[in-house]
Amino acid sequence: MVTTVTSLGRSGLSDWLIQRVSAFVMTAYLIFIVGYLVMNPELTYAQWAQLNQALPMRMFSLLTILSIAAHAWIGMWCVLTDYVTVRLVGPKATAIRIVFQLGMIAITLLYVIWAIDILWGIQVNG
Amino acid sequence: MYSDNHIKVLPAVDNKRPVNLDIGSISLPITSYVSILHRVSGVILFFAVAVFLWLFDASLSSPEGFESVKAMFANPVCQVIVWGSLAALAYHVVAGVRHLIMDFGVGEDSFESGRNSARLALGVAIVAIALVTGWIFLW
Repeated sequence: MVTTVTSLGRSGLSDWLIQRVSAFVMTAYLIFIVGYLVMNPELTYAQWAQLNQALPMRMFSLLTILSIAAHAWIGMWCVLTDYVTVRLVGPKATAIRIVFQLGMIAITLLYVIWAIDILWGIQVNG
Repeated sequence: MYSDNHIKVLPAVDNKRPVNLDIGSISLPITSYVSILHRVSGVILFFAVAVFLWLFDASLSSPEGFESVKAMFANPVCQVIVWGSLAALAYHVVAGVRHLIMDFGVGEDSFESGRNSARLALGVAIVAIALVTGWIFLW
């Protein structure tokens, strides 16, 4: 009960699916970025800024940071509920786990805000 | 109708379940190590996201910022931090793709096939990490 309230989808099946869809998005983004950097070894700031401020690329980047947030939330939830337990940590496990989980959620949301700030602040002409 | 008793009794039974498998006392197969490393690399990546966002932010802040990211790859401390982050990413993606393939019903029919795909994933991850190492330290 205490574990489900901090899960992302409030259901194991929902978390399972979100974990896989987000993994797919992040893998596609990684392949694109690595491919782009390999094909443009003499990359300049203007080129890089132009790519990243184009709307389709902003959407792809935003989709990826949202996937990172969901994926990290679910993954960290799994690890914390597996190891920060009464059996392994002691009677204060639930309190300790809630603190860690809320901290993890806060960091995750800050990552999303930071990414939006970067993406919508790009100046092509420096 | 359920009485309050039913609701109160269930969690109590749950909590007193004995633990019969002490993982520390048995020798684990390669599949376990591949799985544990997937978790460890995932936790590392949770913090590495900050490294990636910081690089992304600097590279897009200005032409000077872009050059500073390039110059940073010559600094040993930065090299080690970026290498650790990318190595964790490489391993996590490879192990994750193995899971996705298994979700489609491929290679999850027996322990043998699971062990083979674990070996394959470890091999691919080592090659990917070698490429990352070459890119950061040698290129």
